[in-house]
Amino acid sequence: MKLKTILSGMTVALMLGAGAHAAEEGAPSYPLEQPRHADWSFAGIFGHWDIQQLQRGLQVYQEVCAACHSLKYVAFRNLEALGYSQDQVKNFAAGFSVADGPNDEGEMFERPGRTSDYFPSPFANEQAAAYANNGAAPPDLSLMAKARAPERGFPTFIFDIFTLYAENGPDYIYSLLTGYQDSPAGVEVPEGAHYNPYFVAGPALAMAPPLSDGVVTYEDGAPETVDQYAKDVSAFLMWAAEPHLVERKSMGFKVMVFLILFAGLLYLTKKQVWAGLKEKEA
Amino acid sequence: MSAGHSIYTPKSGFMKWLDNRLPLPRLIYDSFVAYPVPRNLNGWYTFGGILSLMLVSQIITGIVLAMHYVANSGMAFDSVEHIMRDVNFGWLMRRMHAVGASMFFVAVYIHIFRGMYYGSYKNPREVLWILGVIIFLLMMATAFMGYVLPWGQMSFWGATVITGFFTAIPWIGDSIQQLLLGGFAVENPTLNRFFSLHYLLPFMIAGVVVLHVWALHVTGQTNPTGVEVKDMRKETVPFSPYATLKDAVALVLFFILFAWFIFFLPDYLGHPDNYIPADPLKTPTHIVPEWYFLPFYAILRAITFNISIPFTEIVLIDSKLGGVIAMFASIAVLFILPWLDTSKVRSANYRPLYRQFFWIFVAVCIFLGWLGSRPAEGIYPTLSLIATIYYFAHFFVILPWLGWVEKPKPLPASIADAVLTESKRMAVSNPNPAVLHQTGTQS
Repeated sequence: MKLKTILSGMTVALMLGAGAHAAEEGAPSYPLEQPRHADWSFAGIFGHWDIQQLQRGLQVYQEVCAACHSLKYVAFRNLEALGYSQDQVKNFAAGFSVADGPNDEGEMFERPGRTSDYFPSPFANEQAAAYANNGAAPPDLSLMAKARAPERGFPTFIFDIFTLYAENGPDYIYSLLTGYQDSPAGVEVPEGAHYNPYFVAGPALAMAPPLSDGVVTYEDGAPETVDQYAKDVSAFLMWAAEPHLVERKSMGFKVMVFLILFAGLLYLTKKQVWAGLKEKEA
Repeated sequence: MSAGHSIYTPKSGFMKWLDNRLPLPRLIYDSFVAYPVPRNLNGWYTFGGILSLMLVSQIITGIVLAMHYVANSGMAFDSVEHIMRDVNFGWLMRRMHAVGASMFFVAVYIHIFRGMYYGSYKNPREVLWILGVIIFLLMMATAFMGYVLPWGQMSFWGATVITGFFTAIPWIGDSIQQLLLGGFAVENPTLNRFFSLHYLLPFMIAGVVVLHVWALHVTGQTNPTGVEVKDMRKETVPFSPYATLKDAVALVLFFILFAWFIFFLPDYLGHPDNYIPADPLKTPTHIVPEWYFLPFYAILRAITFNISIPFTEIVLIDSKLGGVIAMFASIAVLFILPWLDTSKVRSANYRPLYRQFFWIFVAVCIFLGWLGSRPAEGIYPTLSLIATIYYFAHFFVILPWLGWVEKPKPLPASIADAVLTESKRMAVSNPNPAVLHQTGTQS
């Protein structure tokens, strides 16, 4: 027992030492601040899409983000999931000009978009995108809500298993879009970069604050604020990154109910069978 | 099967006819129906069955995924997105496969630690244990190559780092690395051969699993007392329905955990960077392997110094090679574990000192895993080195030493004896969960 105490004491001391050491020393780790948590309709076991919100988010993407960011894994036909009719989607797609070809004469040509087309990129290629944006091509947004997720740290990441926190990505996008601020004294922000403590890879990022109050006009009366825009577009990007999220969760609930009932029945069967064994011997 | 002669009797005329020509039904009957199992096995002994089912699940989902996946560096990432978005239930197949890989390792680590706790590797089960270590190695290779296939940033850079290890081997290292990569860097040929091998290895695992189960059925299972079965009639039960039902309950409970991650936390065990397509020009800030490799990754990075001939400048083993040797040795040591443990007593239940060292060892492995997830700077390499030294000391110093100094508790005369005294004690005093844990639940 003594040995156990000594060794466990040593382990604890080592771990504490590691923590203290990491805290006092070293370069700042990014992001400087953990994402702020927003309320998401798609969080939790019974998560579902807020269709209105996704439509507003699409609008924000379309009117603001799409100027620089592509959304190449999302096809127009997917938009039916956002509550639009087939005709609405057809009209929406037709509003885009899509490069196609070659035709019978060997020429490439532009034609109106079809529902089977994907969101066209705002730039012809990555080089053009980089050239137009000070050398850094704006990333594709299709998977953004899953491709950025700041580390949660110990012991938070253990609690997450039970609280089912999986909205790190949309929380990150939301925090970043609403997190632009003046840099505090002592933080050097490079020329052309913008301070944002939520940015995952440094104190500042190349993207200028994209949203401002009133920049997008909503038709459903939702507040036209940066906060609301940021929330809506983050929810939309979560849908874009994981279109089957709600289907997944509702199937998951059924699977869970089945497995738990099945486990209970199996356990009772097992008990019964093993009890028979004891009787035989008695 | 030494555990008893076959008691299979074919019932119908056809079965008799078949039994004289290909006694496959007899083999199945003897192995999975009549096969005698100690009756005092507890829940920790159900992970073998769970692992077999996980292997089947991985192979089935993998085969379906391979129908839609494109092993080409320009198309791999897009094809995975196609599976996730457009293939019917593709998202489910992919989540089951990716989360399944993690759950496979959860189960295998519990299975390995169970073997260590109850001394399952000891005479006469050394070969059974060694086959298990081979399966573990094959699993690691399979999982690593599978993680490369989605061709995200972590896929690419993980492959670059891991194949880079091989260059540490003197003289032939570079050639081995080029053979693995199919070129001088991770590129399309790498992806192609990894896909091919990722498809092949699971079937090799299945083959070794057959040997593993065969070896198990020759020696029979251990049990929490560590005492061999003496009275077949009293101390064992037929595999079906007794063990099958117990295994089924555990399996479904395990599947609840599995489903929890598939449906509600599918990205929890992955890395967000792998949703960014592979980019050879952009190195991620922290290249981290999947969680199940982290302890070994920590051992790899723990060796930060060259080993030289004393008082000279001649470097015998540079830090890179040292790290690679340490990492491979940390797995290789498992092969000789049956001969490093000098104690005659199997189960930790009767080894008061070993029991404590076992749990310290588990804690050190978890600690190493945490260190593997930290950047290699500050105090972490030092802590990794300390933990690595302890890891090896456990095998090379503590285990041999314990066999000499430890005074084991008196062993029960037989399984029946242990079960009997236990149930008497339980009847008298309040049931104590710790006691339950020691002998397993019989009811």
